Order: sequence, then structure tokens, then C-alpha cells
Amino acid sequence: MEIEKGIERLNDQQVEEFVQKNIILTSLDAVFNWARGRSLWPLSSGLACCAIEMMATGASRFDMARFGYEVFRPSPRQADVVIVAGTLTWKMAPAMKRVYEQMAEPKWVIAMGACACTGGPFNESYAVVPGVDKILPVDVYIPGCPPRPEALLDGMLKLKEKIQDPSKARVKHG
Amino acid sequence: MVKFLLDEFEPAQLSNLLGQEVAIAGEGVSRALIVTPEQLIATMEALVTKLGFDYLGDLTSVDRGAEGLEVVYHLYSLTNQREIRVKAKVDAETATVPTVTTIWPGADWFEREVYDLMGISFAGHPNMTRLLLPEDFEGHPLRKSYKLQKRV
Repeated sequence: MEIEKGIERLNDQQVEEFVQKNIILTSLDAVFNWARGRSLWPLSSGLACCAIEMMATGASRFDMARFGYEVFRPSPRQADVVIVAGTLTWKMAPAMKRVYEQMAEPKWVIAMGACACTGGPFNESYAVVPGVDKILPVDVYIPGCPPRPEALLDGMLKLKEKIQDPSKARVKHG
Repeated sequence: MVKFLLDEFEPAQLSNLLGQEVAIAGEGVSRALIVTPEQLIATMEALVTKLGFDYLGDLTSVDRGAEGLEVVYHLYSLTNQREIRVKAKVDAETATVPTVTTIWPGADWFEREVYDLMGISFAGHPNMTRLLLPEDFEGHPLRKSYKLQKRV
């Protein structure tokens, strides 16, 4: 009731200010992207030693929960982002691709570590995929062998930036 | 302390015991019993029944280039606390030795791994397929003759 009384006393200009301060006009996409970027659910999948750093990132010392990314899902159907943490072999590649395809849209991929980015020290190997971008569309590459938890957090925040403002990641031509 | 069986027997004595004309090659702890693929099963069975080698510790292979291929068996006797190494020599073209899964069932995946990476077939194996590499992989990458494929 007090608010109503207050509004009664405002003049037109004050009402205009009130509206501008308290009501946001935007597109639904922008709102969704704002929310998506702040609550990514990663898939709990690990391939090699990078997965240990990923677990450390989720644990108390580095605490991914500070950013809202702690909800590791064991099912691809509930996950938004797959962190490819480690060496992907050609034998494992079909399984990884299937897991990615089982995820619901919208979905993102983070290549964590040298192996996931380029094959790393196994780049020339007959058994290793030289970069997961050979089979999956990667959004963020995190270098390191393995990357420290801070690097993974930074990668997640970079992904948040990309989700919230897709134009930032757009390749500029000309 | 596990003792090395070849310390306790002269080569002639061992050949007599196993009923096979076997050779011994190598120095010190890397000494091994050398057999042909034809001798392999009879030798292994004699090692099990007469000397109690009841445990197959490892089964690997080596590509010696011009000297052909070797399948290496690391045997242990849990009852007698003895160990011995047996090598079966085979040329790269034939590349077939009889399976020992009939003696030690645990040889199954060892032999599949050797087949996968070195291309040695084990005659009589219940499931002679690739173990580690994708099914559609071409070639056997641990062979000296294997060439890395150019990436697309």
C-alpha cells in the first residue's frame, strides 16, 4: 500500500525514470542466453589425466560452484557442455561422438588440454585423434598439459561470454 | 625369493626333461628358452606338468627385423617359486604360432593384443580379433615395416 501512495506522489518525469530503472526490455533469446551462460551443466566425462584437473576444479579448493557450473551430469541428455578432458583415441571417437549427439540443444564443447586441442604429444600417433575438432564442433580450446583448474575456470567463463554475446566469437571477415 | 630356473639346469638336462631339443639364448637374467612354433605346445605342457609352471605372467612379442618375430612367454611357478622365459621364433611372413589359451586361459587377451599390434596369429585361439585398435584399422603398428599413414 505504501508503494501505491508513493506512486501517487510521482510526476510524469519521475514515473518515466521509475520505469527505466526497473523494467528491462529485451529479447527472449538474450534472457535465455544470459541464464544459460550462468548455469552450464557439464557432462561428467573424462578421458585421461586432464579429468583429474577437471575433478579438482569441481572440488572445494577451486569450487566451480562459485560460477554455477558444478552440476556435473552423468547423462548426456541432461548436460549442456561436454568438456573433452584428455586424449581421444580413434577407438573411443565413435563413443564420444554418440555422447555428443545424445545431448540436447543448445550444447557446447570445450577441448581441455593439448591432446583434446591438437593431439598433443600423440599428434603423430596411429591411435590418437589429432584434435577433437576433427569430430566435434569445439567452442573453447584450453591449452596446457594438463591445464590447471584456473585455466578450466577461465575457459568456462570464456564460454559464458560467448553464449551471452555470440557476436564476440564471430569470425570477422575482410 | 623367486629363483631363475635356468640357473639350476644344464641345457642338455633341460632338453632331456622336456623331451624337446631346446636352445638357451641370452645372458644373465635375460636368458630364455628358444623354441620353434612346432615345439611350443609340447614344451609348454612339459613345463606345466613336470616343472609346475602354473602361471603365465606375461605374453608379449618383439620384431627383430631381418631375424623375424619372437613371441615371449614369462612363466612363473607359484608352487615352486621359479620363473622362466620362453621365446618362440617365427618368420614375419608366416607369423603364426599355436595358442596357449588351452594351457593358460588367461593368455586370451595377451594373444589378442599381440595379434592386434604385431600381427602374429595364434592358431586355435577362440576369438582372434583386434583388442585395442578400432576394428577397421589397417595394418599392425608395432611391426618395423609399418608406415604411418598420411593424415587427411
